[in-house]
Amino acid sequence: MDRGGQWNDRRMEVIIGNLLRAGVILSATLVAAGAILYLARHGGERVDRGVFRGEPADLRSAGGILRYAFGLSGRGIIQLGLLVLIATPVARVAFSVFAFLREGDRLYVGVTLVVLALLLYSLGVGRL
Amino acid sequence: MSVLELTVWVSGGAFAAGFLGSLTGLGGGVVIVPLLTLVFGVNIRYAVGASLVSVIATSSGAAAAYVKEGFSNIRIGMFLEIATSAGALFGAWLAGVVSTGAIGITFGVVLLYSAWQSLRQPRDVPCGEQERDRWATRLKMHGSYPSREGPRRYSVRHVPEGFGLMLGAGTLSGLLGIGSGAVKVIAMDQAMGIPFKVSTTTSNFMIGVTAAASAGVYLSRGYVDPGLSMPVMLGVLAGSILGTRVLVAARTRSLRLVFAAVIGVLAVEMIYNSVTGKL
Repeated sequence: MDRGGQWNDRRMEVIIGNLLRAGVILSATLVAAGAILYLARHGGERVDRGVFRGEPADLRSAGGILRYAFGLSGRGIIQLGLLVLIATPVARVAFSVFAFLREGDRLYVGVTLVVLALLLYSLGVGRL
Repeated sequence: MSVLELTVWVSGGAFAAGFLGSLTGLGGGVVIVPLLTLVFGVNIRYAVGASLVSVIATSSGAAAAYVKEGFSNIRIGMFLEIATSAGALFGAWLAGVVSTGAIGITFGVVLLYSAWQSLRQPRDVPCGEQERDRWATRLKMHGSYPSREGPRRYSVRHVPEGFGLMLGAGTLSGLLGIGSGAVKVIAMDQAMGIPFKVSTTTSNFMIGVTAAASAGVYLSRGYVDPGLSMPVMLGVLAGSILGTRVLVAARTRSLRLVFAAVIGVLAVEMIYNSVTGKL
């Protein structure tokens, strides 16, 4: 790919690699912090996950998760970390739209927008 | 079992799964669901939700390392992600409507296939210049990768077939909570004639996006339990990071054999429990 200039596929891949790593580190930190709170408060309780009940509605949407997390709920902070993790590949695709735009590759701007639309639909599907 | 005990045991199991998964190249996801359901008695919907999350973590964590090598092809990956993401959405929808027994049986069959696949030697079926696909040309998929003798060029063929296989890979990923890297590599390596090294690294890039597409649906359905996903995600991530460090030093065939055998046993148990209605 010798499209020349500052923006080539190689540079794009390196930025994406770093973006993904940053997302994973942030997510793992949040999950670990939430784990400490959660285990300190609920470590001695009994659990049974053999029966499927589903999570409370507040731990299913971004707004509810944020409310739990800011209330310093351990489960809320873990869930926020998991939300960051799920959002990381989405951020990667969003960045690729921008990068293909800079490369002047309109065909791939289109391809990437389709992928982004599918991902955003998935994240919003709970509200349908 | 108390919350603390379960957390310790699950994170230990997840660590082992992530470690062996990255050593053998099979990924940790394939053993997480059987481990949680068969050993810890977790409902399969929670297990799949936790496994998906760990798949995103390992794929994204490994991407930075892969990128440095310069093998992955960002255009092939992005175009095929249309198919895997659409498939993943379909798979996640399917997971909500089919019975847990049906999910268990499908999982068992995929496990058996993965075990068998892991024992075969990867064999490149390179695409000749005259085989070039006009789709691949229009989509600018032909590329090159670094080798000792300088950049090596490769061509791509059978784009529609590869796209179809990727729809299937995405569906399995959304239904079972696995990366289905094995199916992705077959689609690129065998069908499309992309060199093995390029296929595996590009597939790793795609796994995160595919899993995110279904994880969003799982989260909003309440299938992602923070108390369970926490030890699974941290355990698999730590195990796979250690695995990639060790990988350079030891590449043992016997380890692959052992892991394949473990997967085979889990597969049979998965199918048996599904059929008898215990899952």
